Amino acid sequence: MDNLLSFTTFIPAVAALILAVFLRGSDAASQRNAKWVAMFATTATFLVSLFILFEFDPSNTGFQFVEQGEWLLGLQYKMGVDGISVLFVMLTTFMMPLVIAASWNVDTRVKEYMIAFLLLETLMLGVFMALDLVLFYLFFEAGLIPMFLIIGIWGGADRIYASFKFFLYTFLGSVLMLVAMVAMFSDAGTTDIVQLLGHEFDSGTFSILGVQIVGGMQTLMFLAFFASFAVKMPMWPVHTWLPDAHVQAPTAGSVVLAAILLKMGGYGFLRFSLPMFPVGAEVLTPLVLWMSAIAIVYTSLVALVQEDMKKLIAYSSVAHMGFVTMGIFAANQQGVDGAIFQMVSHGFISGALFLCVGVIYDRMHTREIDAYGGLVNRMPAYAMIFMFFTMANVGLPGTSGFVGEFLTLMGTFQVNTWVAAVATTGVIFSAAYALWLYRRVVMGDLIKESLKSITDMTRREKLIFAPLVAMTLLLGIYPALVLDIIGPSVTALVNNYDTATAAAAAATPMVGN
Amino acid sequence: MSADLTLILPEIVLAVFAMLGLLGAVYTGKDALASALVWATSALFVLVALWVGLAAPETHTGFGGMFIDDGFSRFAKVTLLLSAAAVLAMSEGYMSARGLLRFEYPILITLAVVGMMVMVSAGDLMSLYMGLELQSLALYVVASLRRDSVKSTEAGLKYFVLGALSSGLLLYGASLIYGYAGTTLFSGIIQTAQTGDVSLGLLFGLIFVISGLAFKVSAVPFHMWTPDVYEGAPTPVTAFFATAPKVAAMGLFARVMHDAFGNAVGDWQQVVALISLLSMFLGAIAAIGQTNIKRLMAYSSIAHMGYALMGLASGTIFGVQAMLVYLAIYVTMNVGTFAFILMMERDGQPVVDVASLNMYAKREPGKALAMLVLLFSLAGVPPMLGFFGKLYVLRAAYEGGLAWLAIAGVVASVIGAFYYLRIVFYMYFGDENAEGLDGGKSPVLWGFLMASAVVMVLGIVNMFGVEGAAAAAAASLVN
Repeated sequence: MDNLLSFTTFIPAVAALILAVFLRGSDAASQRNAKWVAMFATTATFLVSLFILFEFDPSNTGFQFVEQGEWLLGLQYKMGVDGISVLFVMLTTFMMPLVIAASWNVDTRVKEYMIAFLLLETLMLGVFMALDLVLFYLFFEAGLIPMFLIIGIWGGADRIYASFKFFLYTFLGSVLMLVAMVAMFSDAGTTDIVQLLGHEFDSGTFSILGVQIVGGMQTLMFLAFFASFAVKMPMWPVHTWLPDAHVQAPTAGSVVLAAILLKMGGYGFLRFSLPMFPVGAEVLTPLVLWMSAIAIVYTSLVALVQEDMKKLIAYSSVAHMGFVTMGIFAANQQGVDGAIFQMVSHGFISGALFLCVGVIYDRMHTREIDAYGGLVNRMPAYAMIFMFFTMANVGLPGTSGFVGEFLTLMGTFQVNTWVAAVATTGVIFSAAYALWLYRRVVMGDLIKESLKSITDMTRREKLIFAPLVAMTLLLGIYPALVLDIIGPSVTALVNNYDTATAAAAAATPMVGN
Repeated sequence: MSADLTLILPEIVLAVFAMLGLLGAVYTGKDALASALVWATSALFVLVALWVGLAAPETHTGFGGMFIDDGFSRFAKVTLLLSAAAVLAMSEGYMSARGLLRFEYPILITLAVVGMMVMVSAGDLMSLYMGLELQSLALYVVASLRRDSVKSTEAGLKYFVLGALSSGLLLYGASLIYGYAGTTLFSGIIQTAQTGDVSLGLLFGLIFVISGLAFKVSAVPFHMWTPDVYEGAPTPVTAFFATAPKVAAMGLFARVMHDAFGNAVGDWQQVVALISLLSMFLGAIAAIGQTNIKRLMAYSSIAHMGYALMGLASGTIFGVQAMLVYLAIYVTMNVGTFAFILMMERDGQPVVDVASLNMYAKREPGKALAMLVLLFSLAGVPPMLGFFGKLYVLRAAYEGGLAWLAIAGVVASVIGAFYYLRIVFYMYFGDENAEGLDGGKSPVLWGFLMASAVVMVLGIVNMFGVEGAAAAAAASLVN
């Protein structure tokens, strides 16, 4: 099939359109219909996307399944995947049916809810497949609209503040990227990502208002893209929107946010920042590495003192994303491999952790850690699953969390020993806050009156966790599944980066020695 | 001579129609024909738009160069005729329900449109002023159409006094230009005004003309009348103010800048860039505190004119194309938005308070969704068409060497996004128990709202060919 990617991308959108046009009323039957349509569409998308995975040729480092068409303003509608993006596509299609299943208890404005999630899936898939700058930006930004509505309509008590903060924060980050994209368009005369990857942007030093810009245009463009991706990632110190958004979003919204939306930042670094502005990236690498190290330690410490479970996991997400940025900007095979691996694995683990919170939130309607304790007595199955994902989050060997952290640390150690050393202490902190959370919520005696009648997980809930447990274990035991797919593309990326930075270094006369 | 008359035949047809309408209405007595006249005018606008739009793509000048009929003027004319037709069609139900529908209304609108068509075709400072005044005089009257309302008469008076002042500025500038260039013809001025060689008097004249034009497009710092006039005028009239006159004034702006001062881009670029910058920021910041949706739209239009001016400020062909595309998208969005505002009513009374939209999405999911699309489009969030308008002007600004303006523009757009989001907030996240609005059953308004929202979404495929037409139009203006 020639347009497999477009087909995959737009199945959910078509389903959303069907829901919007044909589904009437808000009685129980139509609510059930809305849920089943969404379930069917996301599952179909996943099954179709399996074709992409099976027919994908890892040894080919170029883009595959490419589709191309003319668009307005000299832009193109161009889609394609390579080793770096294909797994994010799979992660998205894999998570969405679980997200819909986790929303089975939603009972307010179900139709709109499902439409929002279906549109969000289309937009997320588009981000990972787009091979045109503006098309990428279009999908990247448009995702804000459904997420804004999801937080604002179905969120918690303080949802208005969180939704506005989420939207305006990420919007501000992205518009600077838009200006850089316009600049790239003017400079290279094309918005085709494949051609831009081969285009060498000017890196000659110049000065603006007396300030020397080392790396010239590349540094400026890098910073503009960085503003967007760092907010999306999110990196310290622009991470503050994330805990708010996570806490207020409904469970399914948190899962999507943690599992997929955050990965767009990392993907953006790998697709644009590193290969297109290698000189700019090299100039700013120390800054990014140290920001990552600070993020890992600082947010881990912040996580320790949280009283809200979702907030704690949100801070832990920021810390884990710190490993990702560190790995990416180590810019060697292990680092980038590890970063992608960490993103995929974090998609499963953090998604599962938010689902774990959702399970008890559905029963008790509170996320306060103090409101719980001794759940193991009434919910043994839950205790086991929560234990498993807590351990995965800590990075226990045998789970996928370990592989990503280890690879990124190894990659970073070769580039900057001190950053790696500081980041490693974060691993200890993560064990501290995760285990302490687990102890306070699950262990001990069941003394709280309100918890005496709590019930264990239903079959639906267990079914949601089963694939996540399987993937976390599978990737932990046999990481080659992921590494074989991303390996060649990462090698090509790293080689190009090394060549470009070496060429730039050779072109610049040495100053001072 | 007859060739000259053929050239302005569309304008003549409209003027004659206005006079016949006036005669007919006078002889048939009190406003009996008003409704029919509105529909007839609207239909005539569409026909004339087709006539102008389908004309051969050639450039003709008439009356010794005073009147130019080129691709640029035709693009602007089609845009303003269609938007005027849409606004007229939208206003009939609203105005007759409130006893506002007088036969003068469609006639004055027709005369204003004739003025606008002359404006965008002006090739001389004299025809520029004639068109501008014909338009303005008609609009002053329309603004105070609701004679028994203090706000409406205040709006008309304010608009008139400030409009007269700006006309004075413009005339003063025109006289200076005439004095230093020795001609009022744009084609003559452009010979005199060469970059780096513009005499001080000519420069002063240019600045005064820009001030007068900035008043008409309601660009900062000549924007003060806009919120009050928007608020005071009856809503359909506000809708008209927000659409066709903006296109005409921007068209005239581009015409003067490129046809008369096209060789002195360096001398006006910074001025236009600065008013663009100020408009974007003032429009974005001042709208935050508004609770009246009409005032909010006034500031929104100030900001949007800032973006359109960004395209003009680049001083390139592509910049003019970007401006035209931006205007076409802008009027389409505004037609839909005002269709929505016209439907906002409670117990038959119009409501303009933003907070009254509480939980509108629950009662009217379809309309709320269409408005949501329009609001995100106004904010310039992809994938709506409004984003592509912004992308065009950003690219034009960047390529015109105004990267700082592009950066400022996107920052302003984030600030502006806040107040559009606030409307979404009321419609979707608001308080369940607050008093809501009535359904507002009007198939015409509903149709315009939905059509406009659909255009915002489907337009991203190929912009319905507007892109190519705008490119041709821009090429015909900038030589």
